[in-house]
Amino acid sequence: MDAQKTALLNYCIALGDDSLTLGHRLSEWCRNGPFLEEDLALTNVSLDFIGRARLFYSYADEVEGQGRGEDDFAYLRDCREYRNFLINELPNGDFAFTMARQLMVDAYDMGYFTELMQSSDPTLAAIAAKSIKESRYHLRRSKDWIIRLGDGTEESHQRTQNAFNELWAYAAEMFEMADDERQLFEAGIAVNRCALKTDWTSSVHAVLKGATLEIPDNNWAIGGGRDGQHTEHLGFLLAELQFLQRSYPGQQW
Amino acid sequence: MTENTTPADPRLLAFEEKVANDQRIEPKDWMPDAFRKTVLRQMSQHAHSEVIGMQPEGNWITRAPTLYRKIVLLAKIQDEGGHGLYLYSAAETLGTSREDMVQALHDGKAKYASIFNYPSLTWADIGMIGWLVDGAAIVNQVSLQRTSYGPYSRAMIRICKEESFHQRQGYEATMVLARGSAEQKAMAQDSLNRWWWPSLMMFGPHDSESAHSGQSMKWKLKRESNDALRQRFVDQTVPQAEFIGLKIPDPDLKWNEERGAYDFGEIDWEEFMQVIAGNGPCNRQRLQHHVKAQQDGQWVRDAMHAYELKRQARQAA
Amino acid sequence: MNQQTLPLFEIFIRSKRGLDHRHVGSLHAEDPAQALDYARDVYLRRSEGVSIWVVRSSDVTASQESDVESFCEPMDDKPYRHATHFKLPKEVDNM
Repeated sequence: MDAQKTALLNYCIALGDDSLTLGHRLSEWCRNGPFLEEDLALTNVSLDFIGRARLFYSYADEVEGQGRGEDDFAYLRDCREYRNFLINELPNGDFAFTMARQLMVDAYDMGYFTELMQSSDPTLAAIAAKSIKESRYHLRRSKDWIIRLGDGTEESHQRTQNAFNELWAYAAEMFEMADDERQLFEAGIAVNRCALKTDWTSSVHAVLKGATLEIPDNNWAIGGGRDGQHTEHLGFLLAELQFLQRSYPGQQW
Repeated sequence: MTENTTPADPRLLAFEEKVANDQRIEPKDWMPDAFRKTVLRQMSQHAHSEVIGMQPEGNWITRAPTLYRKIVLLAKIQDEGGHGLYLYSAAETLGTSREDMVQALHDGKAKYASIFNYPSLTWADIGMIGWLVDGAAIVNQVSLQRTSYGPYSRAMIRICKEESFHQRQGYEATMVLARGSAEQKAMAQDSLNRWWWPSLMMFGPHDSESAHSGQSMKWKLKRESNDALRQRFVDQTVPQAEFIGLKIPDPDLKWNEERGAYDFGEIDWEEFMQVIAGNGPCNRQRLQHHVKAQQDGQWVRDAMHAYELKRQARQAA
Repeated sequence: MNQQTLPLFEIFIRSKRGLDHRHVGSLHAEDPAQALDYARDVYLRRSEGVSIWVVRSSDVTASQESDVESFCEPMDDKPYRHATHFKLPKEVDNM
């Protein structure tokens, strides 16, 4: 496979992994939500992300052309082959942590899919066009929640502030690009993620301010997801996710 | 029905006439206190069942073996939660609140379907729950579409439209296992062995033993007897099991040509009573989980309320 | 247990252009905007392109309730919600 095709394959896999890991985390809230209506809403968001993962993995399969299906990507790769951003694999924590993470990802997704809709790759552009409708709804939800929680009670304010303080370090990674991705951008396929940072920062800052929250100190960052350098959390996530396929290899389900 | 009514109370006569004519009783209609209490008990316990039922299935979300099974399972559990919501809605038309109903559940005063006190030990249980438990629920719910209390009847119609998907996906998942590897087939058979009898217990005791049955039938809250519904479930399910080569764990199961129905063995009523009394494998765990989710969500609900008060104050200013 | 009670909202859905809004049930939310979002999550999982009205239950004046509901056409990208999506052999296709 030529270099550009490899780069495109890895690009699609990364997008699938981003969506799957976060969708999986959100699915953990099902039957555990703070009240029934919110339980259903969180599950809808989870379904959107897992649906997105399936689209990206299917396209990856098409690009690779070796018949590796969506489940092969999801269930048969180990941590070091997963390419998601670290922020997506973190455990849910409390509801404040979940919604703080969601705000950061949703704001990123809006900026990202707006650009990806212009991709010269028609499949990626189409996935982006579908996803942005979902993200618009996700972002409205997460904004509303952060404002309620930040400007709610003392307790909710503190929990939400703690959440952002902890999560802030994981933002930088979303705006860094490796060489092969840059080349895809030159080819009009990928998004220049570095260019998304300014708008993301101002829109997230605005939400935090509106929620009476402090902007966390930006003095430490962690990344490495696109290179398969993950937190210790991903191993446990995949152990649960992949258990049946690993224990009963090669079966239909 | 012992209120300040005389035998010729026109309100009571009007109520009884509606019931006799298969008309719906609506929230603003006069109804005997006992009817109100009974229908409220039935709806709230039905709602609790849907929500508690999210737990044994939810247990396998993170371990679903394919992305497709994962999203189908999530959608199904979401439906259960939604059904709980429809039923809580219907119950609130009688003047109670969700908080009161949940408190009754936590206090052990309100019950939920005994089937959910069993654990989901293998992936096969997920298909089995869809096939058998939802299958049994459908038999019951189709009948309840004609229940006499309007909001309950309408909630049941909406639920029935969604429920068929649940049973079909469960059966399909089971069929894949039954036709799979030897290990998968064994997993499916083991699951059927554990879930068959509890599914039959879902229909409740023999009607002769049931405290509430008689009155509920009279008021057309309940349209058919426990035993009739149970028989229907057995008759529809046995061929489905045979089709995929799974064996129902009942040595007394036999087609009765004369009745045109299956004869089947006697349920272990001791087990049934124990589970109802709170001594099933998962009773404590199911309730603790529900209590914990409620408690963990308290600060969120408090925050919502606090924010709303601030917002109103700002608007007023 | 002292709990904050989320207000109750009645939900009305227009399933198709040209039809009326119909009452489908109720749910709890803190404010009308949130009630709209939840109505989508609770009552519209099998449809799209509809209109939702939410009304605080306390604002509803009723002579006699006459709830009528219709439900939405399945026009969804999540076809697995629908019974017809699951192809079963004819012999057992009676669920």
